Amino acid sequence: MDQNILTIITFLPLAGAFILLFINRVFANTIKAVAFLVSLLNFLLSLYIYFNFNSKISGMQFEINLPWIESLGISYHLGIDGISLFLVLLTTFLTSIAILSSWTAIKEKIKGYMVSMLFLETGMIGVFVSLDLVLFYFFWEAMLVPMYFLIGIWGGPRKIYATIKFVLFTMFGSLLMLVAILVLYFINYNNTGFYTFDLLQILKTPVPLGAQFWLFLAFALAFAIKVPLFPFHTWLPDAHVEAPTAGSVLLAGVLLKMGTYGFLRFCLPLFPNTFYDFVPLFSILAIIGIIYGAMVAMIQKDVKSLVAYSSVSHLGFVMLGIFALNVQSVEGGILQMVNHGLSTGALFLLVGMIYERRHTRMISDFGGLAKQIPKFSAFFMIVLLSSIGLPGTNGFVGEFLIILGTFKSNILYAVLGITGVVLAAIYMLWMYQRMMFGKLDKPENKKLLDLNLREKVVLVPIILLIFWIGIYPKPFLSRMEPSVELVLKQAKAKYELTNKNKILDEKFCIQNKPHKKIIDEIYIKDF
Amino acid sequence: MIDYCWLVPFLPLLGFLLNGLLGKKIGKKLAGWVGCGSVFFSFLVALKIFSELLSYPASERFFQKTLFTWVVSGNFNINIGFQIDPLSTVMMLVVSGVGFVIHLYSVGYMGKDPGYFRYFSFLNLFVFSMLTLVMADNFLLLYLGWEGVGLCSYLLIGFWYEKRSAADAGKKAFITTRIGDLGFALGIILLFWTFGNLNYTQVFSQAPSVLSHGGALITAITLLLFLGAVGKSAQIPLYVWLPDAMEGPSPVSALIHAATMVTAGVYVVARCHVLYELAPLSMGIVAVIGAATAIYAASIALVQNDIKRILAYSTISQLGYMFLACGVGAFACGIFHLFTHAFFKALLFLGAGAVMHALSGELDLRKMGDLKKYLPVTFWCFLAGVLAISGIPFFSGFFSKDEILWKAFSSPHGGFLLWLIGFITAGMTAFYMFRLFCSIFLGKSRVEEEVKPHIHEAPKSMTIPMIVLAILSVIGGWIGIPHVLGGKEHFGKFLSVVFEKGPETHGIIHSAKAESLLMILSVLVVLIGIAVAYLFYISRPQLPKNLAEKYKGPYKVLLNKYYVDEFYNKAIVGPFINLALWFWKFIDVAIIDGFANGSAYILGWISGVARKVQTGYVRNYALSLLLGAVVILAYFVLR
Repeated sequence: MDQNILTIITFLPLAGAFILLFINRVFANTIKAVAFLVSLLNFLLSLYIYFNFNSKISGMQFEINLPWIESLGISYHLGIDGISLFLVLLTTFLTSIAILSSWTAIKEKIKGYMVSMLFLETGMIGVFVSLDLVLFYFFWEAMLVPMYFLIGIWGGPRKIYATIKFVLFTMFGSLLMLVAILVLYFINYNNTGFYTFDLLQILKTPVPLGAQFWLFLAFALAFAIKVPLFPFHTWLPDAHVEAPTAGSVLLAGVLLKMGTYGFLRFCLPLFPNTFYDFVPLFSILAIIGIIYGAMVAMIQKDVKSLVAYSSVSHLGFVMLGIFALNVQSVEGGILQMVNHGLSTGALFLLVGMIYERRHTRMISDFGGLAKQIPKFSAFFMIVLLSSIGLPGTNGFVGEFLIILGTFKSNILYAVLGITGVVLAAIYMLWMYQRMMFGKLDKPENKKLLDLNLREKVVLVPIILLIFWIGIYPKPFLSRMEPSVELVLKQAKAKYELTNKNKILDEKFCIQNKPHKKIIDEIYIKDF
Repeated sequence: MIDYCWLVPFLPLLGFLLNGLLGKKIGKKLAGWVGCGSVFFSFLVALKIFSELLSYPASERFFQKTLFTWVVSGNFNINIGFQIDPLSTVMMLVVSGVGFVIHLYSVGYMGKDPGYFRYFSFLNLFVFSMLTLVMADNFLLLYLGWEGVGLCSYLLIGFWYEKRSAADAGKKAFITTRIGDLGFALGIILLFWTFGNLNYTQVFSQAPSVLSHGGALITAITLLLFLGAVGKSAQIPLYVWLPDAMEGPSPVSALIHAATMVTAGVYVVARCHVLYELAPLSMGIVAVIGAATAIYAASIALVQNDIKRILAYSTISQLGYMFLACGVGAFACGIFHLFTHAFFKALLFLGAGAVMHALSGELDLRKMGDLKKYLPVTFWCFLAGVLAISGIPFFSGFFSKDEILWKAFSSPHGGFLLWLIGFITAGMTAFYMFRLFCSIFLGKSRVEEEVKPHIHEAPKSMTIPMIVLAILSVIGGWIGIPHVLGGKEHFGKFLSVVFEKGPETHGIIHSAKAESLLMILSVLVVLIGIAVAYLFYISRPQLPKNLAEKYKGPYKVLLNKYYVDEFYNKAIVGPFINLALWFWKFIDVAIIDGFANGSAYILGWISGVARKVQTGYVRNYALSLLLGAVVILAYFVLR
């Protein structure tokens, strides 16, 4: 079981999608039910990992490593550690929620929609558990396909512009990443004499400083666009505004985290020297993202676009944490990835629910809703509080750890970053006031119905998690701690070794003899 | 019982959950019982803890109870745990005691409101948060309570959310205090990296050895924490939210914006007295901000016409007194004033609520007058509150305020100027309180004709809480009668374990004469204030109008509260929104998307041009073949 569980949860959704193909599309309810049950089963299976996860082990667990295309050194290597564990859980959790939330929102081409959702789930989980660069790249790109359709077919009025923009932005980044993966492959061959794309093998290869710079940039660009880091963020509001609710939930909840995850899983351990050099630049971009995203969010007229810009701000926090490079800040960053998935996911769900009723998302079309739909407003308030990081909710634990850690690395960054907390309160409370408070004066709003049972079922689990992580985050933090410590330690060791041995060869070291000695040293010391 | 101290905050939390989740199902009556009962039992437990604490010798009155680990990451390890010591016990008693009385009042006051359940669940949540704040044994849990009370304040100020002004006020309160909270959070973080811990015991015991006296680090920590206190306790320059907060229901103003939450800042400064004593500069700043706020807010209160706003500015001013006390090192005095203020100010707000209740929601004191005969109970209770806050001898406020003035004068951190400001403020306080009192209850009736027939005294559920608080306003100060008046200063002694040094007996022996003299002076200035108010508003009501005419400029400035709100709006809010708009329209849309869409457009244009080469005519292709051949030939020939 332990060896196969990752394969199962990665491909079970795909199998589900395959089954859906054989169901006649007239049976819309059957299709929905099958899709939901598959995603729910997958979530339950992923809980198996959570409960059997050994929080003492810092390395990979539930690993499976089989040759795939042996002649090229491509393997089917999956594994999970404290960093990816919660992102996988978040994915399986949010996919179930997202499918349940589209029950009545999607009225046409339901089969294609559900197939895309399940296909997307496979892609997302694959990205988080792949330990082979080709496999990773495969999932990374594969995931674009269902998302392209989700926005392009079931999206809003400007769906074509949005979906093309989304795909082009992402592709633009990932293309350079592919080149970088190949270069790494050859550098590793030169060092070791093996052809392999296995991440854990390549991690042991010291990369010359000159090459590190370019390779880092190639990877970082792909990830920065995904995060999205300022100034690569403009695809996000368009994609979110046009995407169907479930698409937005998964886009914000999971897809953005692939960027931040990529920095932690790839950029940091592969290119620590350049990563360290780039800390100021990326921290400042992250801070700009926090403040800029919040300010632009404040003046949006469309709720969905407000939430989209708030994501830019929140992900800025995550980036700030990762680039502060200490245990607290990185753990805070990972926790905040999960938190953002929950709270922003829930915000998109809520916006979707009101859109389904009113067919508008303009803030000015609402007002006084608290009187008409009090349950909706109460749920909205709780999620909002989580989003602005009120103590007792999940958002606080994440943000506080990030600022705490950042403060240790650089006081100025922490002081600038923490202003985001006030700005979040401003844009969120202002929006809430305009939608929920005031007089219920628009006749359309007087006919609104409050949340139904299905919608409550969708939201309650998120609310419970919001408070669980806020009040007792230990099960989360303790599981990620060993892996975070290991990544930071390895990066530091590699950084020092590379610096000490001055592996300076600029020309990608194609001609170099293997740095056998160094490899052994790292290998023995740290792996 | 001390082991079960978590019951004190837990019971109101339970009440919140019950009313919040099931309120509508269990009905109004039971919801009221749940709301009041949970706080009442919490008060009983607090009383029991207090009595148990008294049974221990003074030096052993200290307990910490850890419940579970909250946040743990690397060496950052924070528990959910409570601390029981004299200071937290005093705060517990005030919060749960005054809280209970106000819950009871609310049963009558909010009886007809459709948001009854929501109201009680929020109020219980507030009591829970406030108790967490004062009982926490570490800074992070304190912060949880700190933000929690801010949330409840937001929710309760905007309780009548259909009113635009109420929703605005709630938002303003939350955001303004959050600006202060930034400093607070940074202060906590700095504390952690300095001490590697956030538990009070660890921090305070290490502080004198880890930090140098008057060093930059300790000054930074204390000032950052004070920034949080400035926000929450409505001091200059972040006080602007508190007057607007009066949009909330009156009992809310009484509980949150007079008796408890706004005093949280004073509590924090007192709790961290070990740190402040190491930072003389910060102490000085605390004292100056306190004194400045005291006189500034009092000056605004002189001319306002909205009864609740007068009380709000009065609260700001009294909080200034408390900070003045802390700033001159008299932490126990600050807490003593917090204690007495909780009674009389809560009483005054409840009284204002009763007046509003009688006058169908009227708040303008120009439309009141001669209500004594209609509202006898309210009249007497209000009078007790007014006498207490003005500092008439042997009413509670007298002892606490006088002690602050004396300490401001005599303490090594104090000085003549600080005393003088406090002294003048005392006179102003007496004036505006009696102006308020006379305008409401005495003189000629200016009540509108259609309201008149409906004037009625409040129901028992409202008057009984007022009577209880009135009694406390009268006698509440007697537990802290100074030595100079033959008292024993029980209050200061009880707290002395926390504040170590205790009442400065050596100072008192040497200057009993000076203290008596200052006491007489301050009683005099209070009497003058009262006399002027009587003259203005009872015997010669034309006088203030003439004065306002004569000094139009200053009067307008005071009436418009020094135009600070207008200044903040023009100088900060407006430019901020414009900047955000510019970011969006210019950077996002014009530059970044312009670049992205522009490159797509240019690419499209290039392919549009390049496409034309492919004409589909063989002769064109033949021509380009020929041209190519010529170029290649020319290259080889001319090389």
